[in-house]
Amino acid sequence: MPVATVLGADWQTLADAFGLGGIYALMAVGIGLVFGVLRLVNFAYGQLVMAGAYALAFAYERGWPVWVGILLCFGVVVVLSLAMDLVVFRPLRSQSPAVMLVATFAVAFLLQSIALLWFKPLGKIAASLSSLNQPWTISGVDIRKISVVATVVAIGCLLALVALLGRTSVGLHMRAAALDFRTARLLGVRANRVISSAVIISGLLAAIVAVLMTVQTPLVTPDFALRDTILVLAGVVLGGMNRLISATLGGFAIGFASGFLGGALPTDQSQYLPSFLFAAVILVLLIRPGGLFTRSSAQAVERV
Amino acid sequence: MLELLAPVVLVAAVALFGTLVSTSTQTYVIGALVNVAIVVALYLFIGNSGVVSFGHISFVAVGAWTAGVLSIPLAEKPAIMPNLAGFLRHTSVGNVPSLALAAAVGGVFALIVGLPLMRLSGLAAGIATFGVLEITHNLLRYWEKIGPGVTTFSAVPETTGLLQAAIGALVAVIVAFAYQRTRYGRMLRATREDAAAARAVGVSIYGQRLLAFTLSGALAGLAGGLYVHVLPLNTELVYLNLTFITLAMLVIGGATSLWGAVVGAVVVSAVDSFLAEAENGVHVPGGTLDFPSGTRIVVVGALMAFVLIVRPSGLTGGRELPLPRALVRSLLTKFST
Repeated sequence: MPVATVLGADWQTLADAFGLGGIYALMAVGIGLVFGVLRLVNFAYGQLVMAGAYALAFAYERGWPVWVGILLCFGVVVVLSLAMDLVVFRPLRSQSPAVMLVATFAVAFLLQSIALLWFKPLGKIAASLSSLNQPWTISGVDIRKISVVATVVAIGCLLALVALLGRTSVGLHMRAAALDFRTARLLGVRANRVISSAVIISGLLAAIVAVLMTVQTPLVTPDFALRDTILVLAGVVLGGMNRLISATLGGFAIGFASGFLGGALPTDQSQYLPSFLFAAVILVLLIRPGGLFTRSSAQAVERV
Repeated sequence: MLELLAPVVLVAAVALFGTLVSTSTQTYVIGALVNVAIVVALYLFIGNSGVVSFGHISFVAVGAWTAGVLSIPLAEKPAIMPNLAGFLRHTSVGNVPSLALAAAVGGVFALIVGLPLMRLSGLAAGIATFGVLEITHNLLRYWEKIGPGVTTFSAVPETTGLLQAAIGALVAVIVAFAYQRTRYGRMLRATREDAAAARAVGVSIYGQRLLAFTLSGALAGLAGGLYVHVLPLNTELVYLNLTFITLAMLVIGGATSLWGAVVGAVVVSAVDSFLAEAENGVHVPGGTLDFPSGTRIVVVGALMAFVLIVRPSGLTGGRELPLPRALVRSLLTKFST
């Protein structure tokens, strides 16, 4: 194989890997934010993304303009995540983390099969932004726009989130609640408000992820984003759940690894990609059970 | 020993019910009994240790693959599994040895996986066991040297009838009961209740969890062997959906008791079978029920979420069935005279 094509493939693969890493990092933040205030790992996060993708497909089928579709997607996902908080998370707040994990596992399957009933298994198309799949030529190298857009959007969202958490009082409350919920409440942080804002932000992130993901995978099926959620959860635990930054890095790392290996490996090996990834995850967990990006002194708070 | 009575009677009653109904309904009863075996295997580890494992279905899958590959008649192997590795191609065993081997392979696989994984706890353990499920599914799906790959496991002798399923479920129940009565079972339950206190009195959390994981892996392997002899499997049938539905059974019944595991498996299987029939249209007094396909998981998922919210310890409250004191006393006096 000529060197040029190898390099060319590598640039696109690298850009794809960055894009996927960015998307996974956003999902990791969405999961990590809720975990911070509720100590709850939301298995059903992927189903929020799925709902958003169906909203986009719904708008696309009716030929609505792109911005209406995106608005609908945001609305649907935020409402659904608030509903999830109200119906499932709130009654379970006092339960053990194990019960909550299993409960969100149930919600994930529930939402998935509702989608199956409602929209049928064949899937719908959400291709309103498919022009982003066209390549940009940057100094002789073709790179698909979506890889760049995904990376930029992810960085933008993360910066906005840093500003929100660092500069606003809601952000301060959220950080306090993540550190020690009970003490934060004693000091006047309103529990329900903090939790609701974390849930809303996490929903907004899910909506953004839905928009980005439908560009690359326009076919929306009931198991949309299911595999990605499993990978992101692995990444989040890999990075370390206790701090948002380490969870985000973990999400990015697994997205990057998945995108890079998926593009770089030949087909007869890339079918074993999940095995490689999860074997690596297990290996890292054994060496650093608290997380890859945590300080070694930090002790895990949750017990399942 | 009295606590063993209720689960055994329930399993026997389900099996007896199976002899009374039509052949098509009997399939569901056999399925329910296999589910009992899987859920009891799950219970042995999750219920006693309090650690959630999403990986047990990989032991079921490995057991199913072992029993399936080994019991397909030699003449039919090349057609179904052309790329099979050497000795598997020339070996074929009977029904009972295939089940024993399924249990053995399930147990050994669980031991190998557990050696590193049981050092983890909490969320890390949950995600790592999920990783095991993903890896197992991935390998079984694409590695054609050890099985049929993506194609369906046809030509496995369908030897799991009502009797074999019932015996399998009873074996699982009795093993789980015997285990929880030993000091090892009690030590593991102690670590579940208070890890620090258990460690303080000299219980090795790692060792106890590893023992239970291996034992429950063997039971799961046995259940997988039973399963592959019921109907032609493929990798998708021993993956996420089965993981979900068996965990739901355990949680709905009550994860911390054997009675809960059996009740959950039987109740959810009954609901699930009814809905499966209803998806094909079923006649009830006053009309026909015809649910769209996919109703089953909606109902089971809703049921599971509902039970978790309203009654997190499950239908049985996570206790063994308390027999009426009067009955116990009369039995005791009868035996002592």
